[in-house]
Amino acid sequence: MELSAEYLREKLQRDLEAEHVEVEDTTPNRCAASFRVLVVSAKFEGKPLLQRHRLVNTCLAEELLHIHAFEQKTLTPEQWAREQQK
Amino acid sequence: MSGSLGRAAAAAATALLRRGRGSGSALRAPGVRAAGSGGSGSSEHLDALVKKDKVVVFLKGTPEQPQCGFSNAVVQILRLHGVRDYAAYNVLDDPQLRQGIKDYSNWPTIPQVYLNGEFVGGCDILLQMHQNGDLVEELKKLGIRSALLDETKDQDSK
Repeated sequence: MELSAEYLREKLQRDLEAEHVEVEDTTPNRCAASFRVLVVSAKFEGKPLLQRHRLVNTCLAEELLHIHAFEQKTLTPEQWAREQQK
Repeated sequence: MSGSLGRAAAAAATALLRRGRGSGSALRAPGVRAAGSGGSGSSEHLDALVKKDKVVVFLKGTPEQPQCGFSNAVVQILRLHGVRDYAAYNVLDDPQLRQGIKDYSNWPTIPQVYLNGEFVGGCDILLQMHQNGDLVEELKKLGIRSALLDETKDQDSK
């Protein structure tokens, strides 16, 4: 099991059928493996925040055991489009 | 959990406190509750903890001395909304609690926020709820009036 930003990005994209994924390795700011992710997926539609985050957590369940700090932002394609227009 | 395991955990927690970790002594500060001893990571114990108070947070550190940026963010958001009376449990003082709450919530990280006995999420979620107005609504359901609703009023009434 690898713990690189690229690995996480691919896994999230695949498992959540994501339209867009960004993974930032924030490890330099913390004491151990840390990441910030942005996931845009239609799978989030109609789901409250907690459920969306749990989808991401489940996808990365194995990796999260070895990650110290984790931030996530989950958007539907529509929310993402709106955000980009700002 | 067996009794002896509980006692060992309690002893470990007490030893940690005695070593004088600054925030450890703040356990008795207003709003901060002691997690208790013996089986502090058990689901029965945690079930009682999250239901005992309307607003319950599990932090790294204390509201007075957060030991982590994300935990601090939770403390600051609650402060912004004027939520003063809440239960805060410091997972750094109790390894059983630290692991137990992750299992109980099925959530991998700390901080963790519970409102009315229900798991709400971590710092990310609380921040988004704060930004989109949901937190004010959720607090209202608990009978807590967010200070942000009164921001423009009573600047000179104390």
